[in-house]
Amino acid sequence: MNPYLEDFPILKSESNGKRLVYLDNAATTQHPVQVIDAVDGYYRTSNANPHRGLYGLSVKATQMYEDARHAVGEFIGAEKDSEIIFTRNATEALNLVAYSYGLNFLHEGDEIVLPVSEHHSNILPWQMVSKAKGAKLRYMYPDKSGRLTDEEINSKITGKTRLVAIAHVSNVLGTVNPVKKIIEKAHSVGAAVVLDCAQSIPHYKIDVKGLGADFIAFSGHKMLAPMGIGVLYGKGELLEKMPPFLTGGEMIEYVDENGATFAPLPQKFEAGTQNVGGAVGLGAAIKYIENVGYENIGKTEDGLLSYALGRFAELPHVTVYGDAKSAKERCGVISFNVDGVHPHDVATILDTDNVAIRAGHHCAQPLMHYLGVNATCRASLYFYNTKEDIDALAKSLKKVRGWLGLGD
Amino acid sequence: MGIEQLYTEIITEHNNSGRNKHHIENPTVIKKGVNPSCGDEIALELREKNGVIEDAAFTGIGCAISQASASMMVDVIKGKTTQEAEKLADTFFGMIKNEITDEEKLEPLEDAVALKDIAHMPARVKCAVLGWHTLEEAIKDEGAGNGK
Repeated sequence: MNPYLEDFPILKSESNGKRLVYLDNAATTQHPVQVIDAVDGYYRTSNANPHRGLYGLSVKATQMYEDARHAVGEFIGAEKDSEIIFTRNATEALNLVAYSYGLNFLHEGDEIVLPVSEHHSNILPWQMVSKAKGAKLRYMYPDKSGRLTDEEINSKITGKTRLVAIAHVSNVLGTVNPVKKIIEKAHSVGAAVVLDCAQSIPHYKIDVKGLGADFIAFSGHKMLAPMGIGVLYGKGELLEKMPPFLTGGEMIEYVDENGATFAPLPQKFEAGTQNVGGAVGLGAAIKYIENVGYENIGKTEDGLLSYALGRFAELPHVTVYGDAKSAKERCGVISFNVDGVHPHDVATILDTDNVAIRAGHHCAQPLMHYLGVNATCRASLYFYNTKEDIDALAKSLKKVRGWLGLGD
Repeated sequence: MGIEQLYTEIITEHNNSGRNKHHIENPTVIKKGVNPSCGDEIALELREKNGVIEDAAFTGIGCAISQASASMMVDVIKGKTTQEAEKLADTFFGMIKNEITDEEKLEPLEDAVALKDIAHMPARVKCAVLGWHTLEEAIKDEGAGNGK
């Protein structure tokens, strides 16, 4: 029995008498009561517009918002709380860096290096910068097993590279990229590094100082927190010299008819009323993850992953992409296809057993083209999953080809 | 009709046979249709003469529902005028949105009525309507005289 299941009301729900088997955690995770109650409590007892009011309730809301920022800062080992910028999600955080850093500090002929396996949210902002500034995009290609080789890294990151954008973990293959090596290489040629930790921070301890990345982006909703709250960590000296991304209320120092001066960090990057309830939820999610412990999370997921890969190997007509076998190399994500069946049909058929997986291109079309597939199915795990969930998935997968008149 | 039965009907009738999945001779219009979110894509070919669709077929890749729906559509529109085909497309959209449920009104859709229950599967609506949307666009192109 998984001890954490009890905390997740939605995982006890049923549809047509079948228990929900939730295996789409790379898309978004479910919420424990501790997070739901924290958000509920904020709106019941402490809601007001932060940073503006001069009354007690607004001061309380401000305090809770800033407490959440401090919790995030401690969680990832930031030097100062002002290096933590709240955004809507990782996508907005990456766009902030592209618009504010990319458009101002990259120039014609500069090179932006990124793996072809990136999520669209870490490709499109750089395509925008490339078009606007005449910078060149250079893609790194993984080998057949999904790994970036030293040779590939060293041949793409060169003296012309000014920025490297990379996901810590691929959302399609679950591959853990050798980010430490890449960051060291990038810094040795004077390039800044933007690290997308949306898929890694739910599963691995992130230490910004140890990693040394200049910017780190992640979403709350993939780590038990509500949707609509995300984080950009940036090195203080870089954030200081970057202009605001969005302008408006809350981010100013002084405004007259012709111009404005901006608030200091982090407010400079937080225009308009912020998602305080979301930040409070993120704070509660961090507390929950710390209580479970990353070591525990890793151990549970490692067990589930090897069990799942074993069950998949027993299934005829199922192809699994990427060859990483352990959770150290593959982060709880299994992309696969059933011979002769389109992933959307697979997902629909599994849904009749209340088994939830993702199917499609996973916002990574360049990788899909590179892998030579149109789309894949993806099952993704979190620590609240169980062997029973994997068994339900395997059982449901067995009937897919039969439904389509293709035999077992 | 349950989802399993829906799949069985679709498959036996259309997806596996590939009967309507080929190129045609001298098409007057070839129109591509894609679902950017799923990667389903088809190319619909029509040969129109004096306002009548003489021949039709399609090529492409995608899920069973998108491909079978396009195949059923080809069966229905062959020999119809372009106005009739547009009307059929409207009926199909009405059916999928659950706005037209009267069986008599749905009868002209022939086999494509089998997809009626897609109305209860919001995730798959886009797959079912891909062929019909492509048809609408193809007829528009044809009307504007820039079919090919």
